[in-house]
Amino acid sequence: MAEYEPVIGFEIHAELATHSKIFCGCSTEPGAPPNTHTCPICLGLPGVLPVLNRTALEYGLKVALACHCSVPSPSIFERKNYYYPDLPKNYQISQKRSPIGLDGWFEFEVDGQPKRVSIIDIHLEEDAGKLIHPEERSAAGQSLVDFNRAGVPLLEIVSGPDLRSIAEAEAYMAGMRQLLLYLDVSHARMELGQIRFEANISVRPKGSTTLGKRVEVKNVNSFRTVTRAIEYEIDRQIEAYEQGERVLQETRLWDEARGMTVAMRSKEESHDYRYFPEPDLVPMVFTTEYLNGLLAQQPELPAARRTRFIEQFGLPAYDAAILTSEKAFADFIDAAVALGVSPKAVSNWMMGEMLRLLNERGLAPEAMPVQPRQLVELIALVEAGRINTTQAKKVFEEMFETGRDAEAIVQDRGFAQISDTSALEAIVDAVLTANPEPAARYAAGEDKPLGFLVGQVMRESRGQANAPMVNELLRRRLRGE
Amino acid sequence: MALTREEVEHVALLSRLEFGEGEIERFTEQLNSILEHFTALQEADTSQISATTHVVPMLNVLRDDEARPSCTPDEALQNAPERSDDFFKVPRVVE
Repeated sequence: MAEYEPVIGFEIHAELATHSKIFCGCSTEPGAPPNTHTCPICLGLPGVLPVLNRTALEYGLKVALACHCSVPSPSIFERKNYYYPDLPKNYQISQKRSPIGLDGWFEFEVDGQPKRVSIIDIHLEEDAGKLIHPEERSAAGQSLVDFNRAGVPLLEIVSGPDLRSIAEAEAYMAGMRQLLLYLDVSHARMELGQIRFEANISVRPKGSTTLGKRVEVKNVNSFRTVTRAIEYEIDRQIEAYEQGERVLQETRLWDEARGMTVAMRSKEESHDYRYFPEPDLVPMVFTTEYLNGLLAQQPELPAARRTRFIEQFGLPAYDAAILTSEKAFADFIDAAVALGVSPKAVSNWMMGEMLRLLNERGLAPEAMPVQPRQLVELIALVEAGRINTTQAKKVFEEMFETGRDAEAIVQDRGFAQISDTSALEAIVDAVLTANPEPAARYAAGEDKPLGFLVGQVMRESRGQANAPMVNELLRRRLRGE
Repeated sequence: MALTREEVEHVALLSRLEFGEGEIERFTEQLNSILEHFTALQEADTSQISATTHVVPMLNVLRDDEARPSCTPDEALQNAPERSDDFFKVPRVVE
């Protein structure tokens, strides 16, 4: 069998995190009862005038600039004409000839290696409404429409066909989502449809420079299903070429139940959008000062932050990559370090207990119940010798569950580390009296009994003894060191 | 560059318009005579003129991002041909 390579590009749709819709004042808050966030503008009633949301434009431009796009001036809106019941005007206000971003690139890491993907264009548009297809027999033949989402600002990011493997596709999707979160322009929660990925997939013999027929896959609503759909398409297309069959350029839908892609009926395919300039929205022109001002607001992006965590915080590359993979994590460690604690200590807590508990509870990083200040206070208690690390883990878990401060938990639980020399000496004496034989062996130069003796002291103190101090006391008492 | 019957049928489909016997022929003829007028426009020299999308001398009309009250579902649905609870009801569309 000949060797094939996949060629993958993406169209990403991201809802921008504005308060109001792109062309009217209706709320964008998800989860409202049906048709409660609509008005004559987003319902497309005759005689209304859309007016562009300044923040939506700014958010879109921030992404275009972060992707190194050129920003055409003027940029204009156009009407994309098609009939579908989720589109009240029978056209979608979008951008085609002069979008807000053109010819950029986006760089991310795949297995530690940098990978650059071309960005063909970035444009603003309005989201459509939501269609519901009731299952009940009484509702046969009907679909229901909720227009709350119609007019929510969408940013579409179109990449070049530059990805060559599933791993690259996954890293690109994760990297783009990360960028949107870092720029603070989208909540980008896939399960809420706030970010949607449409992959264009073709395969070709390895070494070939021409592109095969490309298939667009829709109806994927999680990172996992995008990956599965791409895997399926690659296999299907290679199989077709191997059998001497043709691969059609078409749109296919992912069928989750059957774990396969299926062709859309061709009638729905015959799109002829007849784009033309939207007469109700005037052109946008951007001065260099305005664009430079937006660039100046650009926060530190993931790659720069990762480098800083390695160089300034002295974190291992792996830890730095994990802690910058989510903006919430990176913000957490920055906030904690700003309160004056060692980055390494914070990182250890985050990489260990925090990730473990978030995973166990299935919580998103943004939903992290412990505040940076609370972790800093816990670390301080450990460093001051008030509690030992075993106790600290219990405190952290309770803090995670209840949101209470470390000090209060330590008090309630009666946790206190015994670091008082005379109290420790009393326990050590009792242990030595009860265990004369190991004590004698250790005193005679055998090292092994030390661990046993320390363990006895810890048991006697119900885990509260300061272990390094116990070690030292035993050495001094038995060996005069 | 005369418009063909097939092109008129395609545009009719895109516009969701249904025509009776003889109408397609009649409209093909009428549209062609309208398009003929454009040949006169094509004679004008536009090489020195940039593409015009708007004739209103306004740029960058923007509003602040503030959510304002919306219609009630009853107001939103008052022109709906059919409704089901607070949804617009349409013929089934599903792939």
